[in-house]
Amino acid sequence: MSIQTTSASEPSASTPSAQPTSAQPGVKTEITFREAYRAGLREALAGDDRVLLMGEDVGRYGGCFAVSQGLLEEFGEHRVMDTPLSESGFVGAGVGAALGGLRPIVEIMTVNFSLLALDQILNNAATLRHMSGGQLGVPLVIRIPTGPGRQLAAQHSHTLEGWFAHIPGLRVVAPATVEDARGMLATALADPDPVLIFEQIGSYGLTGELPDGAGPVDLDRAAVRRPGTDVTLVGYGGSLPTAIAAAQELASHGVSAEVLDLRTLRPLDEATILESVGRTHRLVLVDNAWRSGGPSAEVAARVAEHALYELDAPIERVCGVEVPIPYPEHLQEAALPSVADVVAAAMRTVG
Amino acid sequence: MSGVADDKEMLGLFSGMLRIRRFEERCVELYSAAAIRGFMHLCVGEEAVAVGVIGALGESDAVVSTYREHGHALARGMSMQALFAEMFGRTTGCSRGRGGSMHLFDSSRRFYGGNAIVAGGLPIAVGLGLADRRLARPSVTACLFGDGAAAEGEFHESLNLAALWRLPVVFCCENNQYAMGTALARSHANTDLAARAASYGMRAWSVDGMDAPAVRDAARMAVDTARGGGGPCFLELRTYRFRAHSMYDADRYRDRAEIARWRERDPVELMAERMRCSGLLDDDGRSALEAEVAQEIDTAVAEAEAGPVEPVSELTRFVTAGAR
Amino acid sequence: MPALGADMESGTVVEWLVGPGDVVRRGDVVAVVDTDKAAIDVECFESGVVERLLVEPGSKVAVGAPLAVIGVGSPASAAGPAPAPEVAAPVPAQTPSEPAHTPSPVPAPRCSQPHIVRSPLVRRDAVRAGLDPTRLPGSGPGGVVTRDDVRRARSARPRISPYARRLATERGFAPTDLRGTGPAGVILARDVPASGAVLAPPVPTTAPRSAESPASGRPVTPAPASAGRRATAALMARASREIPHYYLSADIDLAATLERLRTRNLELPVAARLLPAAALLRATVLALGVVPELNGHWIDDGFVPGEGVHLGVAVSLRGGGLAVPVIRDADRLDLESLMARMRDAGARARAGRLRSSEVSGATATVTNLGEQGVDSVAGVIHPPQVALIGFGAIRPRPWVVRSEVLARPIVTATLAADHRATDGAVGARLLHAVDRYLQRPEELD
Repeated sequence: MSIQTTSASEPSASTPSAQPTSAQPGVKTEITFREAYRAGLREALAGDDRVLLMGEDVGRYGGCFAVSQGLLEEFGEHRVMDTPLSESGFVGAGVGAALGGLRPIVEIMTVNFSLLALDQILNNAATLRHMSGGQLGVPLVIRIPTGPGRQLAAQHSHTLEGWFAHIPGLRVVAPATVEDARGMLATALADPDPVLIFEQIGSYGLTGELPDGAGPVDLDRAAVRRPGTDVTLVGYGGSLPTAIAAAQELASHGVSAEVLDLRTLRPLDEATILESVGRTHRLVLVDNAWRSGGPSAEVAARVAEHALYELDAPIERVCGVEVPIPYPEHLQEAALPSVADVVAAAMRTVG
Repeated sequence: MSGVADDKEMLGLFSGMLRIRRFEERCVELYSAAAIRGFMHLCVGEEAVAVGVIGALGESDAVVSTYREHGHALARGMSMQALFAEMFGRTTGCSRGRGGSMHLFDSSRRFYGGNAIVAGGLPIAVGLGLADRRLARPSVTACLFGDGAAAEGEFHESLNLAALWRLPVVFCCENNQYAMGTALARSHANTDLAARAASYGMRAWSVDGMDAPAVRDAARMAVDTARGGGGPCFLELRTYRFRAHSMYDADRYRDRAEIARWRERDPVELMAERMRCSGLLDDDGRSALEAEVAQEIDTAVAEAEAGPVEPVSELTRFVTAGAR
Repeated sequence: MPALGADMESGTVVEWLVGPGDVVRRGDVVAVVDTDKAAIDVECFESGVVERLLVEPGSKVAVGAPLAVIGVGSPASAAGPAPAPEVAAPVPAQTPSEPAHTPSPVPAPRCSQPHIVRSPLVRRDAVRAGLDPTRLPGSGPGGVVTRDDVRRARSARPRISPYARRLATERGFAPTDLRGTGPAGVILARDVPASGAVLAPPVPTTAPRSAESPASGRPVTPAPASAGRRATAALMARASREIPHYYLSADIDLAATLERLRTRNLELPVAARLLPAAALLRATVLALGVVPELNGHWIDDGFVPGEGVHLGVAVSLRGGGLAVPVIRDADRLDLESLMARMRDAGARARAGRLRSSEVSGATATVTNLGEQGVDSVAGVIHPPQVALIGFGAIRPRPWVVRSEVLARPIVTATLAADHRATDGAVGARLLHAVDRYLQRPEELD
């Protein structure tokens, strides 16, 4: 398994510092997702001796996606540990280290390789507390880059957050804004139970506005990224930009679309979802994962269960086509939800 | 038989093994009476490994084990009552009745299970060693597993990681010659497990797993090495299980003659004979000990049976820290 | 055969709901009879055991002809009102009750008129399937809609979104009343009118056959009127011919009443909220109590006062036409009960499910075309009644209050009265009374 650096922009050659220096409240700085994640990591390593980062190429290489660049130099090899290619081994070691009193952040290079560690994640990390009758907790954070990249073909393009969101005992979060990229890690580290943070591979080079002094964010709530009245578009992670772009286009058609960012796939913020559908009465789910049994199915089921009498149209799901992601660009595009697909679905709901 | 052990220790080894043996025999009865359900894997014949290895550990050391862990748990000091209650599914069990035979845990004794995935515990042991080293604790983690685990990827990953990072882990392979129904030679192209472990860059020994003092000595050496910064160690403990893999196993894959041969090296009787010969324990002494153990078992079973069952309303507790 | 309308001369038995040997009690529905306007459930007024049914379904018989024989052995039986039908012997109902295992060859439905006959069972099937029974083609004898017809129609039934269904229920509409504008004709939330609306007859979706413009000079074929339309036409023509009408109108300030309803409604569940129409009806009922000369019938050159106020409430039907369910003893109902009865009767009228006791016997009638947007109604009295009270739209209009000009919600109330029975002064007293009650809405409760 090998992967070239795939970020859209070249690996940052600048110094790792990403802390905004301005201390004025209300001032926002434009930073990349990469810088936001890095800032969170640095803050975690600096703030608690028990925290360590381990994974493949996180140290000398600076991170496959250059997220941890400079951290080895700053914190040393006992805090930033390069591991051999042993996903099961080092994720399980993360479990053991958490049991033993450390606060490990394990990075699995991408979700595509996480399957090798699925046993440690499910049968140990998620389950030890319950199996031991509450005696043991596993305060482990696993960062997992995910989602399609640029023509990386079938084995390097998965969106598998939904598989992990299926498992009781885990928290599964999907940052899709720089604020969440910056702030979810701290909250995850404070959680006495395992948290999986899925970072969008395609987002590392993108920028966003981060308010100065932005800190930890909650892991429990979905967020309305764009208020609207006619239809609710729900996305998470890599599908959120698609939903937002679709909302913009729908506005030019006279349809006011509300965009909801799930932020957390487990537990789902049912209340926010139902409240939105209760106002708009129409729902379109946008999801890069495959349709069958994906997280979109779970959200659709809950809305049908709890808000049926609010729906003025059938629930629409715009998901990945049931095909392994193909290599050619036009085919990859066709295999994933497009803005046009989402707009069409939303227009169907408003009849 | 080798090894120097004082009388008290010898007596301790013997009584420890006897307790385990009689406990396991009672489990057979209880399982047959359907008081214990699910999967149950007994360590009859492997008692010397349990008392030898676990007995070499200190209080602050850690143990990671498998689903064949009754002996390890008892040797670690967990009470018979806690184990019986766990297998009866009562809240007074060591895992609140939630785990059963395969998931015995005791965080106060750093006993981390109780793992039902073969080789699933090895990476955890690596992590525990990592924490101990990082937090500058002089603790050692003993990781017990079987010969079957030596085929899993996690075995190789874990030994490599432990050696690479020089972690204080003692990998104890309880080689009872069979991975469930598959004999050693049919699983491993190279059956010299100690040699294979050594190839990862750690000290490795093969030990007669039916000789309790020998096991104790080897374990002590390994633990001291690891604790002293000598990196991880590997012990291959050659032993045999006299009963089938589990209560569901018809044990048709083993030759009766082979079992009989190994029974001649019953670790409990070997020890008893040795102690009789050196005058440490005569027949009366043995009888008294047997009676004591029987009493302990009876009391423990009765107490365990009286334990409460968890109400269904509590079902979703212990999934996450805040779960209700 | 009961008289189920003032000018009904004959009726057709559609279905028997009892058979010989059945025990019946006074008030039980025993048959379904089709008049020109609707299929009416016929009640019997005797208690006893059915001996013989005398008329076969599909037969048209004159009002007054015996339909069946009931043996009244039970002491509880009492003489019914004059036109009590004698209940008779068993004839097995012809409505198919078993599902056909193989669909029998279906004769082309004879849809000679859009107004269709149906049985209660078929009607129930249709309503459960979300269908309007008046719009189903019937393949039974005489164009009767059968259960098979319903089953066939179900595959093409109109659908309604869950949200729209909830709104419809809250606002008192049956899904079968509504027309959907969503994809494939789905009824959406926007297709559910506001509460209290009286549905306008739907705009015809197909061009009427008489669409040729006169300018083209081509011959024009008028579409034949439905039986219901023809019946109404006859009634109105007769009323216009025979009854000398006079008309009065009064503009009434509804501010006090609307405010009182608003506060009352804060405490009521959505399904029980009071609509302004209920207050108007209530005020009318009370006013008729004060001016009884307008509550009753002109029969044979004389006025017969009504025993109690049985208020007819005109309801527009979806397929066009009018139904006038009668709220019997409306003077004994308080405002909330009147609201409930009004809502219930209106829904059943639109669904074609009125009982025989509800289609006749009104002592006065109210017509409320406010939701249609007209300011006032000058209607035609339904003989033998002597009064038709009308209400138009409630609209804000300039109104003088203590020498200030303010915007107030004003409704125009009208009275069409039979000049044989009363003079203008009496009529004026009625409208005056309506106004007074609406200015003191606490008296409406």
